[in-house]
Formats: sequence, structure tokens, C-alpha cells
Amino acid sequence: MVDNAHLLNLLAEIMDPEIPVINIVELGIVRGIEAADPPNIIITPTYVGCPATDMISEMIREKLDGAGYHNVGIKNQLSPAWTTDWISKEAHEKLRIYGIDPPGPHTASCPRCGSAHTKLISEFGSTPCKALHACKDCLEPFDRFKCH
Amino acid sequence: MPALEKYIGAKHTRNPHTIYMLRLADNALILGQRLSEMCGHGPEMELDMAMTNMSLDLIGQAKLLFEHILTLEDLAPNADVLALTRPLERYSNCLLVAQPNVDFAHIMLRQFLFSSMQKRQYEALLNSNDSTLAAIAEKSLKEIAYHIRFAKGWVLRLGDGTKESRDRMADALSCLWRFTGEMFTCDARVADAVEAGTSSDFTKTYSDWKLEVKTILSEAGGLTPHENTRMIMGGHFGQHDDNLGHILSDMQFMQLSYPGLEW
Repeated sequence: MVDNAHLLNLLAEIMDPEIPVINIVELGIVRGIEAADPPNIIITPTYVGCPATDMISEMIREKLDGAGYHNVGIKNQLSPAWTTDWISKEAHEKLRIYGIDPPGPHTASCPRCGSAHTKLISEFGSTPCKALHACKDCLEPFDRFKCH
Repeated sequence: MPALEKYIGAKHTRNPHTIYMLRLADNALILGQRLSEMCGHGPEMELDMAMTNMSLDLIGQAKLLFEHILTLEDLAPNADVLALTRPLERYSNCLLVAQPNVDFAHIMLRQFLFSSMQKRQYEALLNSNDSTLAAIAEKSLKEIAYHIRFAKGWVLRLGDGTKESRDRMADALSCLWRFTGEMFTCDARVADAVEAGTSSDFTKTYSDWKLEVKTILSEAGGLTPHENTRMIMGGHFGQHDDNLGHILSDMQFMQLSYPGLEW
């Protein structure tokens, strides 16, 4: 029998390749573990064209194989579509410290100085999940996680 | 090479479900490739990134659709085979998506005309009897909303901007409008897909789409498309102009020269 809690702990050791301060469980990519013998890890892509998607599957495979779970499967699930609501509260704080304004209903605010006096530079940022803003107080540009 | 034969040959064209999905995939792939040509050539860095992000979204949609088609056809889900090795007349994208990147006005208008159509086309898939296709549509619609907002914003800014920018947007409209009718034609393949339960008939939203687009165009410096433009068609059935030929010679080069090449 495979211990689901142990599996989840293992998966939580895998950091998102683009934002290496949050793991794939708190990012909401891991949707759950399908009960079967052996079980399947259910994952969902954040954005359809995200180049990190394949890489994440490979990282999970490597982690599972390394822990002796070579027979545990990985299944991709598209629906329900991933949403930023699935990013955990702890991950929000980690994003802010890393310099990315987390998603949410709040007015965009500078992760460095906290000012809400900002402007949108581009809705398309350095990766599909981020938009580029700039702070009008400290004048630093910053990424904001897009609500999705 | 039985797989490829199977793929582009007669068997494929008999399945209305996969043939319709191939059209959706080709639209996304070819527009994605066209936009990717702008990588490193955008008018400014943020716009360069926006165009390449949209390109990535579209190529991602195409990849999911190709893989799903291949799975349904009992073939290995290697999207490259479908995306990069077919002869020109087997591509079923609409003509609009292959139109050249003349200038930024052309690129933004092409995107607005296409994405606002694609939104309706994908909404019609949400109740598909193919749950994977419905899931791909659900996922893609979130991204399409961004594409529309971005392109619409630039159509308005350029149309309502300087004389130069308005002239360019007017030129783009006079070039591109003739390719819009094809996207909303309820041809045999759309009808077959509706019959098969693949999609509901999104072409019924043509007049709503025209109204929406014309409203934006009139806000964009009072632009109006010619009412009785002769619509040019054929792309959906493999009759392409040389624009697609040039795209393919670039896009297919590596796979045709080195079959099976992987990144």
C-alpha cells in the first residue's frame, strides 16, 4: 500500500521551475491522488502553453522513482481549469517576499515598498502567469501574478 | 510510415469529430507560428513579450488538440508529426491566420478579428460530447479573454490615435476584412461536427460578432468595413495562398530535414 501523506510530502519538495520559492502542491498543480493500486498523481497545467508543464511532469517522475514509487502514475487533468484561487495562502506570502505581487482582488501593490500607487506596464510578463507593473513610489518594476 | 498515412489519408477525413478538431488545431498553430515571427521584432519589449506570450498560448492549444486527435485515432500522441510534416493542402486553418505581419496594426487587427471569433467557437465546445475537448476549450477560453482585451485595446488606440496610426489600421481593415466570412461559414464540416455532437453551431453568432466588431471599429477612429466585401474562402478545405507556403517552409524545415528530431 502506498501512503498518500508520504506521497504528498514528496511532491511538496518539488519547486515550481519558474518560481522556485513555491512548491507544486501549494501552487495548486497537484490536484490529488487518485485511489487505485498503484495510485495516480493528478496534476493540471497552469497555462496550456506553459513550457514548465512537461518539465514538472518529469520532475515528479524523477522524485517518485527516486523514492521507489516507480509504479505510481501521473495523470493530466484539464477540467476544472486551474485557477489562481488554488494557490495557498502561505504561497501568497512567499510570492510577495520573492518580489511577485500575489493574485487576488486587491489593488496591485508593490512587493518591495507595499505602495498601492502603481501602474500596469503590460498584461503579458516574463512568463504566461505574470503581468508587468511598476511602482510609482519606489519606481521599481514588478511582476504580478495574474488572476486566472 | 503507416501512422502518417493514416493521419493525412482517407481514413482521417471520414471522422467528422477529429477533422473538426484538426481545423481548430491548425488555426491555433498557424497563428501561433505567425506571431512567433515577431519574437525580437516587437515595437517595444513589452509588446514583444505580449505577442510571444499569445503565440505560446496558441501553440499550447494546438498541441493539446493534436495530441487528443492522435489519441482518438489510436496513434502515438506526438504532436510534431501532425503539426510539422503535412503537405500544405492538408492544413485546414482559415486564411486569416496566415496573413503576413505587415505592421503592428495588421497584427493587432488580425488578432482581434480571430480571437473574438475563437471565443465563440470555443464556447460552442463547452457542451461537447467529448469531455476532453470541452476541457481544452474551458482552459483555452481563460487565455483567449486576455488576447481579446489586448488586441482590442490596440485596435482602439491605433484607430483613434494619430493620422499615421489610423491610416495603418484602416489599411489593415481593408486587407483583412475579406478573410472574416470564412471563419463563420457553416460549411459541411461544421454541420457534421454539430451533428456528431462535437460542437454546437457557433456560426449562428456571426451577426452578433459583426455587431461587436463594428462597434469597436467605429470607436477606433470611425473605421467601417466595406459592407459588400467579397469574402475569400478556401483555407478550411486546404486551398491556401502562398502566405501559408512561406510559413510552412520555415516551420517544417527541421522536421522534414531530420524526421523525428526532438528538442
